[in-house]
Amino acid sequence: MGSNMAECHPVGFQWVMEAKLRGAQVIHVDPRFTRTSAVADRHVPIRAGSDIAFLGGIVNYILEHGREFREYVERYTNAAHLIDESFRDTEDLDGLFSGWDPERRVYDRSSWQYEGVSEISAPMGAPRQSKGIATGERHGSHGAPLAGHPDTDPSLEHPRCVFQILKRHYRRYTPEVVEQVCGVPRDEFLRVCEALCDNSGPERTSAFCYSVGWTQHTVGVQYIRTACIIQLLLGNIGRPGGGILALRGHASIQGSTDIPTLYNLLPGYLPMPQPEDQTISDYLDYNAAPTGFWGHMDAYLISLLKAYWGDAATADNDYCYGHLPRVSGDHSTYQSILAMRDGTVKGFFVMGENPAVGSANGKLQRLALANLDWLVVRDLYEIETASFWYDSPEIDTGELHTGDIGTEVFFMPAAAHTEKDGSFTNTQRLLQWHHKAVEPPDDCRSELWFMYHLGRLIRQKLARSTDERDRPLLDLRWDYPTNGDTSEPDAEAVLREVNGWDAAGAPLSGYTQTKPDGSTVCGCWIYCGVYADGLNQAARRSPRVDLDWVAPEWGWAWPANRRMLYNRASAAPDGTPWSEATRYVWWDADRKRWTGHDVPDFEAGKPPDYEPAPDAEAEAAIRGDDPFIMQADGVGWLFAPAGLADGPLPAHYEPHESPFGNPLYSQRSNPARQMFPRPEDPYNPADGQPGADVFPYVVTTYRVTEHHTAGGMSRFLPYLSELQPEMFCEVSPELAAERNLTNGDWATIVSSRTAIEARVLVTERVAPLEIQGRRLQQVGLPYHWGTRGLSTGDAANDLFPLVLDPNVHIQEVKAATCDVRPGRRPRGPALTALVHEYRKRAGLSEEEHA
Amino acid sequence: MTTTPPRVGFFTDTSVCIGCKACEVACKEWNDVPADGLNFLTSSYDHTGTLGADTWRHVAFIEQRVAAPGDGAEGLRWLMSSDVCKHCTHAACLDVCPTGALFRSEFGTVVVQADVCNGCGYCIPACPFGVIDRREHDGRAWKCTMCYDRLRGGFEPACAQACPTQSIQFGPLDELRSRASARVRTLHHRGVDDARLYGADEDDGVGGFGAFFLLLDEPETYGLPPDPVVTTRDLPHLWRWAAAAAATLTGAVAVAMFGGRR
Repeated sequence: MGSNMAECHPVGFQWVMEAKLRGAQVIHVDPRFTRTSAVADRHVPIRAGSDIAFLGGIVNYILEHGREFREYVERYTNAAHLIDESFRDTEDLDGLFSGWDPERRVYDRSSWQYEGVSEISAPMGAPRQSKGIATGERHGSHGAPLAGHPDTDPSLEHPRCVFQILKRHYRRYTPEVVEQVCGVPRDEFLRVCEALCDNSGPERTSAFCYSVGWTQHTVGVQYIRTACIIQLLLGNIGRPGGGILALRGHASIQGSTDIPTLYNLLPGYLPMPQPEDQTISDYLDYNAAPTGFWGHMDAYLISLLKAYWGDAATADNDYCYGHLPRVSGDHSTYQSILAMRDGTVKGFFVMGENPAVGSANGKLQRLALANLDWLVVRDLYEIETASFWYDSPEIDTGELHTGDIGTEVFFMPAAAHTEKDGSFTNTQRLLQWHHKAVEPPDDCRSELWFMYHLGRLIRQKLARSTDERDRPLLDLRWDYPTNGDTSEPDAEAVLREVNGWDAAGAPLSGYTQTKPDGSTVCGCWIYCGVYADGLNQAARRSPRVDLDWVAPEWGWAWPANRRMLYNRASAAPDGTPWSEATRYVWWDADRKRWTGHDVPDFEAGKPPDYEPAPDAEAEAAIRGDDPFIMQADGVGWLFAPAGLADGPLPAHYEPHESPFGNPLYSQRSNPARQMFPRPEDPYNPADGQPGADVFPYVVTTYRVTEHHTAGGMSRFLPYLSELQPEMFCEVSPELAAERNLTNGDWATIVSSRTAIEARVLVTERVAPLEIQGRRLQQVGLPYHWGTRGLSTGDAANDLFPLVLDPNVHIQEVKAATCDVRPGRRPRGPALTALVHEYRKRAGLSEEEHA
Repeated sequence: MTTTPPRVGFFTDTSVCIGCKACEVACKEWNDVPADGLNFLTSSYDHTGTLGADTWRHVAFIEQRVAAPGDGAEGLRWLMSSDVCKHCTHAACLDVCPTGALFRSEFGTVVVQADVCNGCGYCIPACPFGVIDRREHDGRAWKCTMCYDRLRGGFEPACAQACPTQSIQFGPLDELRSRASARVRTLHHRGVDDARLYGADEDDGVGGFGAFFLLLDEPETYGLPPDPVVTTRDLPHLWRWAAAAAATLTGAVAVAMFGGRR
């Protein structure tokens, strides 16, 4: 669901095909019948933006029919935990959870806590919220701290235990409601539920695969949370063949969150410090969990500071902790773009990204770029983000004039992955090293080269500075060896630093060796071990014929070369495999050790019946039958008492722009979603608001196999461009008849942001759906195109507004509303006139939305 | 002492094709086949159209309404199939080539030698599949060589190597044929009654293909001739008929000439 895996991950999809050859059943739930649907056993068409209703319906089916994996649920999840008396569910408050502050549009999460936990998890506490950071900034990616021991009811009968709350929460997500909300016929939905339940349990497992079809919504994080609930109820986490697989959009998106390009994280999911975290001690007080493996956050952080600042980082200066920047709120990509538009952000580096095409509301993106002092774009070709100042829709309409734009644009040609050494980390957390195959042409250079030499030159220029603010740069350990005529830094030297070394300079072999006393260096604790024994473990390529099926010597997976996280859950509480068919990691009673096909994700010698002492800390506080060792309470969270900005349980909310109301609650959309109402970002009226009928269709975006994301790697290549030569829209024969569209001809797609044109592909693969007694047409748009390259076309993302998920600030471009009309769009100022006319008809005032 | 390698070929199993077109790109990259233009064809996701001088692999996309296996409800089916030169056992292109540019390789494949081809074009109407064609601005005939250079180096053809789902399988033809028969049996067993092999029969009109297919519908659906015949098959007969016709004509003329005198 939420993924078109065959088209967007064709190489990874070979394993789905192999599983299918061995008898696996493949079900594809997607608004469109895609190349994935073509080879699936079943395709279930669904309305874009309604997946929580569908998944919540599955939760309800499992609980109503007693299909949960009972022992797994009782022992490995927080089903038995009692929730605080003050908690109120969406069932009680008609679509809101307790703690909602309507003025600031944030939740106070204190009522979502476990009963008996004296001190609520600090990151979620009220003082922090009062600083306006009620979102996900506080967390790394894993659990939240917890103090005290929650009360439980192992019988799962207590009305305030998570299991009963869950039951009540999803009781109304019946097959009939699923049909109403998603447009999936009742019988079709029940077939999916049965197939999933029949293929889960002690003997069998099922997996979910998702991509940005799930994430790019105002409730994106909660989509995935709903899948987590299903998989925990069915016992499909930590077991072979189970899991929830996030399929990434680029080769190393996983790597760029592990060693992040994100504003709120340090390497290894350590949270970025906040202004009030004055010292390491403050930082740890707020972030480190007393129990679970986050109990060693001090060792991870101090080893990281030693990697950054080397000898300059000492116990006396708090290991240069003060050099770290502080994050004071949401500084995600969209907030930064708005700050550029408003003139507070003056400079911008763009690498491996093409926001002028790939981000929502392209016009706003380009207007922001035009307001910068300087812009550095590093890419293989001169992409739209680099050319906006002379070649963009706004130049064409006259909204921008080249002569008026002050932005100094530096275009730096980049080396491709075949032209440099480095690693890719895939969705399985598997690092695979790639060696340079050819030299980059001309002036093309790697990112590593660029960043290293930029740092070197800046440090040279600042060498005599006595300004305190330059200390973080001047104190850096910046001594990577370089090779060849171009002085290319040695990528393996970086990997070695990521891995880390001990006081004697010997490579660490695992993160348990990191120390909080400054004697170890480690650039990313979860990657520690990738350079164990001084060897690049990510470069291992033992042929699969020489390895067992888990293939531990192909590349290297974090952490500790584990191929599956939480694999303690593959054994029953007593340490024996749940079944022969799903045997993976188990307790060897004779040797008194965990053993199996994979590296056990557990302390190797901790027996299944281990009970922690009341005052135990870190991993010692995790019981011998608690598999979720990164969670403070060692269990999987059906109910999330902390960590989320928009509710401890997922609830179905309509997309921000939707032609339908919410039949479940009077709260229509996610109350905590981030909106930016401003003249450049008008919103189409939604169902029930005047003017909603001006934009009657649902529009969704996607990729096709032949092109790569925003096009920088495909539209400039003849062999790829000829395979999908033009921007197109996919519409049903019914919609084509309704709007006079002809296959192969042109259509114009309009929102209140802009209008774009596309060639028409009339296809039954985009089927109309019956929703709440109305017939809905959906329009499909690939988002690869822009003005540059061999194959050019309008950018689909120009149609979409800035409206974001409150947890991770991702844009909602998988479901919005639009109108469609035959023919090409107007040129020049006539385009803006058309959009204005639409806004007028929709009742959007021109003063606000000029 | 050298031994002749076994005849090799392609088994294209369209039931596992995901239409990624990696075969098209890998073929063009390896063989340096020119790009042939940006043409939006309104034919589902197919913007390549047909095999030709500049397209040696072509993935067809066919959208259909069919009865679903099992409940029989009408559902959608999207067929994808990567077409290629068939490397016929009896190859008419090779028969008609006057320069010997087309030859049967030691691997049993049919290959054009660009440096020998004189561009006469006889091979083009000779092919029952419309595979081979002349390149504009060049005049010479081009088609799939089954990566003759790679085979000589001990590698598999580029398309087969690039195919992520093993829809394109390369190997000794005998082995491929038995693998393909087993695959058809499996699919029939699973209720995919439409599965059939195309070009695996040595008794067909071209003596069997060196590159054969597993299809899920009639060959015509994919734009393939249902009963291809080597166009040069009838040449010997044609000559016999021509001789007989000449004799008859002579007789008739004689009758006309002499009969008139009666």
